[in-house]
Amino acid sequence: MASGVKPRVKAPKKASAGEVVTIKTLISHKMESGQRKDSSGNVIPRSIINRFTCDFNGQNVVDVVLAPAISTNPYFEFEATIPEAGDLKFTWYDDDGDVYEETKSVAVG
Amino acid sequence: MKFKAMTAIAALLFAPAAFAGGADDDTLVVNGDIEMTTKAPAPAHLDGALDEIISGWHFRSDETQQLQTDDFENQGMIFVDQAMDIWNTAEGSEGKACADCHDDPADSMTGVAATYPKWNEDAGEVRTVQMQVNDCRVNRMGADAWKYDATDAISMEAMIASHSRGMPVNVAIDGPAAEAWEKGKEIYYTRYGQLELACASCHEENYGNYIRADHLSQGHINGFPTYRLKNAKLNGAHSRFKGCIRDTRAETFSPGSDEFIALELYVKSRGNGLSVEGPSVRN
Amino acid sequence: MDFTRRDTLALGAGATAMALLPLSAVAQADPNAELVGAPDEFLAGADAGTGDLTLTAPEIAENGNTVPISIDAPGAVEVRVYALGNPTPGVAAFRFGPLAGSQAASTRIRLAGTQDVQAIAKMADGSYQTAMKTVKVTIGGCGG
Repeated sequence: MASGVKPRVKAPKKASAGEVVTIKTLISHKMESGQRKDSSGNVIPRSIINRFTCDFNGQNVVDVVLAPAISTNPYFEFEATIPEAGDLKFTWYDDDGDVYEETKSVAVG
Repeated sequence: MKFKAMTAIAALLFAPAAFAGGADDDTLVVNGDIEMTTKAPAPAHLDGALDEIISGWHFRSDETQQLQTDDFENQGMIFVDQAMDIWNTAEGSEGKACADCHDDPADSMTGVAATYPKWNEDAGEVRTVQMQVNDCRVNRMGADAWKYDATDAISMEAMIASHSRGMPVNVAIDGPAAEAWEKGKEIYYTRYGQLELACASCHEENYGNYIRADHLSQGHINGFPTYRLKNAKLNGAHSRFKGCIRDTRAETFSPGSDEFIALELYVKSRGNGLSVEGPSVRN
Repeated sequence: MDFTRRDTLALGAGATAMALLPLSAVAQADPNAELVGAPDEFLAGADAGTGDLTLTAPEIAENGNTVPISIDAPGAVEVRVYALGNPTPGVAAFRFGPLAGSQAASTRIRLAGTQDVQAIAKMADGSYQTAMKTVKVTIGGCGG
């Protein structure tokens, strides 16, 4: 699933120190559950994103374990506290070993 | 939410009481900015067959409706992003990208989805957006034509449609397009398959009623391509037509066939006056 | 309106043939199941209280492929979500770090059919909270 995987993140570019901001993330991924069969009756192997993390300047915001019951194109919405200016780092871990990363800078002022 | 009178068909099928069948009265605004016309007086050519035309958006649950109100929630927009990459990538023997001729689609493609399918004078045929894109690919770029409703083709169609969102559908049905339009109309009212169902059987005579646990809409295509939760991808109008005709247990026409081009023109014209919503989100 | 007996029977028969489930009902071993696991494994014999964990899910989901859910548990360190009627019940585990703005999150999940969705929160003091919602999953009318 290394091709066609595209992370999207919606986070504010600016916040005041200590502000709680809402973050939305979406990544294009089939999330093949391992429960389906192809037309010849063979089980289609599981291929999912199994973990998603969000950190800010190296400190964790949220760390999610995903099972195959998470829908195609995994979506998460959550809140982060922004103590100072810095970078939000988002990481998605694929079953096949691929890691997808996205970074969003947040200014404080 | 309004209940329409239960007919034999609805009574036969399972209808949970908490799930009203008719169109609701919500309003659709996308990104807090694009105000959609989702109900409009029926165009004159319908000749009273419908009083009011209603977008399929109104027949969906609140949770599904909400997905279309924000481009971040609308998963169809993932494919719009991917189509933008294709737009900017040179392909074919001429080494050209879409962007080389058409610059920014936010300018050059505005209004296109509102008026297609459209008569092309030089080619002497009614053309859909996908046909026009393929004409560019083959004749200007020297690239291979995309298969009808294939991922790249439908993503590109969705991207082009996204730049007409909020504009009223207004396809021409007279002049040289009239012949295809009449052909499409005939298909719309023809009963197909072992179940002997026409498009009109469900979407004109029974919209607002249930087919099993699902609502029947008026079947407009102002929201196509549409991201369906069912298969988690963009779906083209021709593929939807094919699915419907197959469900009547008939041999279907193929996406891209003359029959479906004519039907697309006719069905699109039934929604003249509704806003372009593509890519919409549906069940 | 006029609907003949023939039309009515035909529609019913056609609709029956059109069912497609989002997930096969056939269970199979899930290599990563233990990462989220089942409710009993997470609770490990402890009792779970109610009131400090809110689970939001639609009463009726139009399509089991994409069901929006939210959890909110102020003071939780971890919240796990289970779909008790799926082939494997684990859905997701949310661990909240020091910079979490709240112990709340939303996502979209797959439900193989009408069933109970359960969330369990492990609170900072080691106690547990739980919340349950029944989600009815409708089966679409047309195969598409």
